[in-house]
Amino acid sequence: MLSTSSRLPEILKNHREALLKEWISLQLAAIGRRTNAATEQSLKTDSSDFLTYFADAAKADGFTNLQGEKWNALRDFLNNLSSSRAKEGFTPTETASFIFSLKQPLFMRFRAEIGDPNALTEEIWNTTLVLDTLGLFTTEAFQRTREETISRQQQELLELSTPVVRLWENVLALPLIGTLDSGRTQVVMQNLLEAIVATRSDIAIIDITGVPTVDTLVAQHLLKTVAAARLMGADCIISGIRPQIAQTIIHLGVDLSEVTTKATMADAFQVALSRAGMTITRSDLRPTK
Amino acid sequence: MERIPILKMGEFLLVSIQVDMHDRLALTLQDDLTAGIVKHRARGVMIDISALEMVDSFIGRMLSNIANMARLLDAQTVVVGMQPSVAITLVELGLPMRGIPTALDVEKGIALLDAAIRGASGNGSAVL
Repeated sequence: MLSTSSRLPEILKNHREALLKEWISLQLAAIGRRTNAATEQSLKTDSSDFLTYFADAAKADGFTNLQGEKWNALRDFLNNLSSSRAKEGFTPTETASFIFSLKQPLFMRFRAEIGDPNALTEEIWNTTLVLDTLGLFTTEAFQRTREETISRQQQELLELSTPVVRLWENVLALPLIGTLDSGRTQVVMQNLLEAIVATRSDIAIIDITGVPTVDTLVAQHLLKTVAAARLMGADCIISGIRPQIAQTIIHLGVDLSEVTTKATMADAFQVALSRAGMTITRSDLRPTK
Repeated sequence: MERIPILKMGEFLLVSIQVDMHDRLALTLQDDLTAGIVKHRARGVMIDISALEMVDSFIGRMLSNIANMARLLDAQTVVVGMQPSVAITLVELGLPMRGIPTALDVEKGIALLDAAIRGASGNGSAVL
């Protein structure tokens, strides 16, 4: 990387204020219409902090090893900056140009300070390498934050969408919402089987009113769930089959003949109760209004 | 030689599988169980697999075989106490064990066997 004779640390120290001013105005121009007093203020703090960390690290290490310990403070700072920007909804370009926009004011200083063309080229090349590495680092950190957000949301979605409800003594209901893929089927199956053990239920009603489409794969997943519940000694009733879905199932040639199916959850519940030997009767003592 | 104990409970036999199954043990169990059904004139066999954490296609097939043998000797088989993870594995292996009734625990298994046997002998209405 850079030779230890680099003049970058010295230039960063001597021209700090001028560099900072030019850099900030460039960044503000890049962000454009979205600026307000708060972002401007935080931009100033961030830029000033960056220059401090950058100068410190450059002085201490002389650019020999960007992965080294002496750059830790700067890397932590960039990590925090990128992740907070990712959360605030900045684009990756805006985040990366935080670093890249430093090049222009910095190179102008080089041109003014270094007379020898060879030394100038050398200095510019080396600084470019360093800033590019740091820029890529911010992009990576930015992306990492985004991915963490996405996987957390996926997890939450998975947990939200698979409740097992106890309808009655020994009767469970499993209202499915959204498409069933193999990952979700696994979670649904596990939740259902654990609930069967916990409540000692004999009957489980799987309601697919909230499942938008049923293709052969979804049907296969449903049948698997039914088979697994049966192995645990519980019978399954599939309810909430919409007319469109009934047609699709037949056209696809899916065989659901081994499973009790009902059009609505109410019908399924009635079947469940009668299998458990219970009936619902209308009371004569109706509440008077 | 290790053996799986077979307990007599009224007119049922209870087999509790608590160790890893292997070919030899499975064959011994089949011998012992068929002999036991004939000797005690058992009407039902309950296989408790609540201690099994893992299954493979071998155990799945063995359970099916035992159930079929018992049926030939006029005894109804119920598998009880399957763990959720085991149920999922069997389904994923494509071994849903059709034709073998299952129950959540021994208590429910007895109720199921009772109902099935009363139904088969004609003085009840319950069927499996």
